[in-house]
Amino acid sequence: MAAAAEGDAYVAFDHVQKSYDGVSLVVKDLNLSIAKGEFLTMLGPSGSGKTTCLMMLAGFETATHGEIRLDGRNINLVPPHKRGIGMVFQNYALFPHMTVGENLSFPLEVRGMGKDERETRIKRALDMVQMGAFASRRPAQLSGGQQQRIALARALVFDPALVLMDEPLGALDKQLREHMQFEIKHLHERLGITVVYVTHDQGEALTMSDRVAVFNDGRIQQLAPPADLYERPENSFVAQFIGENNKLPGTVEELSQGKALVRLATGELIDATPVNVTEKGQKTLVSIRPERVEFKPEMMPAGAHTIGAEVLEVIYMGDILRARLRVAGSDDFVIKMRNTLGQTKLDRGQKINVGWHPQDARALDPS
Amino acid sequence: MTPAAPITPAMLTTADGRPLKAALAAAQARSKRRALFLVLPLLLFVVISFVIPIGQMLQRSFYHDGFSKSAPALQAWFAENPLGTEPDEAAYAALVADLALMQETRAAGDAGTRINYTLPGARSLYTSAARGAKKLEPPFKEALLAEDAKWADPRLWVAMRSAASPWTADFYMIAADLQLAADGGVERAPETQRVYVALYIKTIFLAALITGICLLLAFPIAHLLATLPMAKANLLLILVLLPFWTSLLVRTTSWIVLLQDQGVINSFLVYLGAIGDDGRLRMIYNQTGTIIVMVHILLPFMVLPLYSVMRVIPPSYARAARSLGATSWTTFRRIYLPQTLPGIGAGALLVFILAVGYYITPALVGGADGMLYSNMISFHMNKANWSMAAALATLLLLGVLVLYWLYDRLVGIDNLKLG
Amino acid sequence: MKKILILSTALCGFAASAQADITVMGWGGAYANSQIEAYFKPFTAATGKKVVSVDSDNPATPVKSQVEANNVTIDVAVLEIADAVRLCDEGALVPFDFSALPNGADGTGAEDDFIAGTLTECMIPTDIFSTVVAYDASKFPDAPPTSIADFFDLEKFPGKRGIRKNAKTTLEMALMADGVPAAEVYALLETDEGVDRAFAKLDTIKKDAVFWEAGAQPPQLLADGEVVMTTAYNGRIFNAVQLESKPFAIVWDGQVFEWEGMAIPKGAPNEADALELIHFATASEQLAKAAEFISYGPPRKSSASLVGNIQGKEEPMGPNLPTDPANMTNALGSSLDFWVDRDIQLNERFNAWLASN
Repeated sequence: MAAAAEGDAYVAFDHVQKSYDGVSLVVKDLNLSIAKGEFLTMLGPSGSGKTTCLMMLAGFETATHGEIRLDGRNINLVPPHKRGIGMVFQNYALFPHMTVGENLSFPLEVRGMGKDERETRIKRALDMVQMGAFASRRPAQLSGGQQQRIALARALVFDPALVLMDEPLGALDKQLREHMQFEIKHLHERLGITVVYVTHDQGEALTMSDRVAVFNDGRIQQLAPPADLYERPENSFVAQFIGENNKLPGTVEELSQGKALVRLATGELIDATPVNVTEKGQKTLVSIRPERVEFKPEMMPAGAHTIGAEVLEVIYMGDILRARLRVAGSDDFVIKMRNTLGQTKLDRGQKINVGWHPQDARALDPS
Repeated sequence: MTPAAPITPAMLTTADGRPLKAALAAAQARSKRRALFLVLPLLLFVVISFVIPIGQMLQRSFYHDGFSKSAPALQAWFAENPLGTEPDEAAYAALVADLALMQETRAAGDAGTRINYTLPGARSLYTSAARGAKKLEPPFKEALLAEDAKWADPRLWVAMRSAASPWTADFYMIAADLQLAADGGVERAPETQRVYVALYIKTIFLAALITGICLLLAFPIAHLLATLPMAKANLLLILVLLPFWTSLLVRTTSWIVLLQDQGVINSFLVYLGAIGDDGRLRMIYNQTGTIIVMVHILLPFMVLPLYSVMRVIPPSYARAARSLGATSWTTFRRIYLPQTLPGIGAGALLVFILAVGYYITPALVGGADGMLYSNMISFHMNKANWSMAAALATLLLLGVLVLYWLYDRLVGIDNLKLG
Repeated sequence: MKKILILSTALCGFAASAQADITVMGWGGAYANSQIEAYFKPFTAATGKKVVSVDSDNPATPVKSQVEANNVTIDVAVLEIADAVRLCDEGALVPFDFSALPNGADGTGAEDDFIAGTLTECMIPTDIFSTVVAYDASKFPDAPPTSIADFFDLEKFPGKRGIRKNAKTTLEMALMADGVPAAEVYALLETDEGVDRAFAKLDTIKKDAVFWEAGAQPPQLLADGEVVMTTAYNGRIFNAVQLESKPFAIVWDGQVFEWEGMAIPKGAPNEADALELIHFATASEQLAKAAEFISYGPPRKSSASLVGNIQGKEEPMGPNLPTDPANMTNALGSSLDFWVDRDIQLNERFNAWLASN
């Protein structure tokens, strides 16, 4: 799904700022447009401002500056209960003194819906999450995964067009989490709703989202579909935050036609694609994904620069093999090899040369 | 250990063939003994300091042997002659014999006191008659009546018949504003003497009112405490608890200084011109004073359980309700309030029970109409009238138990959270 | 309670080691001090026998338990009259032979010298305290109240009244204010008409009444200006005047007095010495001496003229005592017999009266 243009955005943050104490900004000049039907994830470390953004959208926090629009309407002053946004909380927030059915009935009752229609809707919503038999249970009698489904059903039962999810799977174990990721994704596709999802788990962000907004320090560092985010990080924060990543600090030696030659501190020259560098002599951090590093000369493009490396450790991980190398004086250079028949075996202490396609190495800002 | 039960094929056994259940019981016996050992001091403490005194109190309210223990002859006469029999010479002879016994055992005071409860003014009859009992000559009826005509009072004989048995409901009768009639039945006490029933109702009503005011005041405070950051909440909590650290008398006296006619508040109002100098508000030495001071003293008992319950209600519940479309009032009424019920229940029960039993504060600031039931209990205790005090206390306990039962029916005692 | 425990433990050990000392259990504070200065020190000086003074919240309680346990360590107990009569009825005290008491300083026989009614079988009285009407003299600079009737006169003496929240003494004062002579008060209170009359008198000031319970309250009520006149214990008013220089004054007319005294528990270890001490202490001179330390009056009429100045001051104590002849013109001795019979009944009625409008 393509990024929405400013004009037809369903949800829009327009120069939004937020400060709690009047001294520092938690959210700094946020601009973000979300299209109808999009699954957008806000990803970032804790304290990056992503949850604050979600709370502003839900109406529990007010923007210090700027405008938040929903379906073209400014909602800055609309109280939460009039926004019609479904929300799933990290701890599910199922009302403990009500049964599952009463929990689902609540949003319908406050909308003045008749009993018959309520029952139809509750049944439909519970069936949707395969919890039809649990209407008379109390939340405390359900497992974490079951509670999560109920929370989901409750957020959807009144047919909101926009659903916010605040780390909804954070409390589940890994297997259940992965299963629920698929369910949420399928529900999103089936119902055509717009979802804004907050998480600090990059795997979750990459699997589920149409687009991911990576937050750090109150700003969106990069807003892109998952594949772009992983393969073409736009700055060193995103490169480090998403997936595993080798960093080689150096100085730009040459810059021409979309290619850069970077000299490392130890003197070696490597190839890279310039992303955040514009002129010779700039400091830079070259980022290469472990699985894109080659050590067999036949796999490297002609004329590629290589760099000497010593194998420090080889770890067997089943589907892949992982080797830690000493490269340019640093001990944490990692490469990954598929565990296939005929894969070249590396041994500890072995000296090799590593290289890569220039487009896989990205010369980013030096921070 | 335990003799092994015959092993049936279905029974599981341990590796060495002992039945599994027996092995388990043996393994657990040690830890059970240790657990018992740990709770033993508390158990003994509770039994000694709580169960036994309450049992004694209950017993005293039904049992008073002050008269019966030194009136064996009268007991015999009452047993032979049913209620309504005119006391004959034999009855007077029995009375004189018992009076002589009382003089011998120095029990005339005790015996007279017991009769005095149901027939005021009778005690001195016994103490003075006992002194001369040995010298009396038959016919005893004339001899005694010559000494004091009150001996012929049918009410006295009804009172003695009642007191001849140590087991009695007389004290509950008095607590119900009733008295023994001349014919041995029960009648209402004269209007000027009726005090207990009205006071009981007033005490329950005032305690409920105080509980209600405490709840109204404590709820917002507790909510504020629960939502403030920890550091500020702790500071505020200290302010809430401050009254606990000053003596009850000091607090009560401070209120007197504030509320009395020439006190701070009245003087300030006069200074402002809100009231005239002769129109000073009567805020103490009456029911108003009792309510104000008791609300202040009991407020922490409401704040603390509420706070402890509110603190653990995550704000996400209210947020969830709001996001689901509820107004803030609906959120409060249907989501927040029901979750604070355990705290409300605990606080209300605590405050009510404490309020029902208060007597120092009403004694000091209650004036004429701000007195509570406990002040009468305290009065009887000061007069060493244990049985009457016990009967009143038992009635109060009964009232509290009824409320507790109602609470259990309405809210459920499992839903009680004391902090 | 703990204090008593420690004391009685100490006492047991003490009694075993030094049998000769006479143990007196009193109330502590200024009251015990007056007895040490006026009775015990002169007694030791005169006879060489030592006296040990021990404090208690109310000596009647240990006396009762010690006699019941047959392990008496107290030789002399200082008791309130009500407790003394009760313990005497229960056989816990040694009866006195009044004829053995010394004559008064003026030669009057002891039984005539003691104020009528104060001598009882098992207790020799040592001091008399009184419930009186006290007022704030600054509120009535021209014509201060002089009689008990003035307490009930809201027209001549407008202002709030403090009344003890108890029927005892309150009803007696109401009748005396209504013109009943002191000698007839209790006979009248025995009748329903008399009680009705007392309550009717109280009705006349009920709307202006502030009720007090603790003895410390009346001086405070006067000091705060909450009331202009109040019933009070004479000792409390004396202290407020002497120690805090309050402008309070006492109307002695219509006072109701009670008394305390010394008694010997049955089985006292040094009964003969105890008797000697009591005979010594209740002589006219000693009783008068004690009254200089505390504003409780000597129960012997012959002591009145012997009372000197207030301890440490150049001011005669006499006029501050309930027993001063000038203060006794219309005084009523509280009747123990009456209140034993009527206490509960009349207080129930009193409370019903309080609660009614």
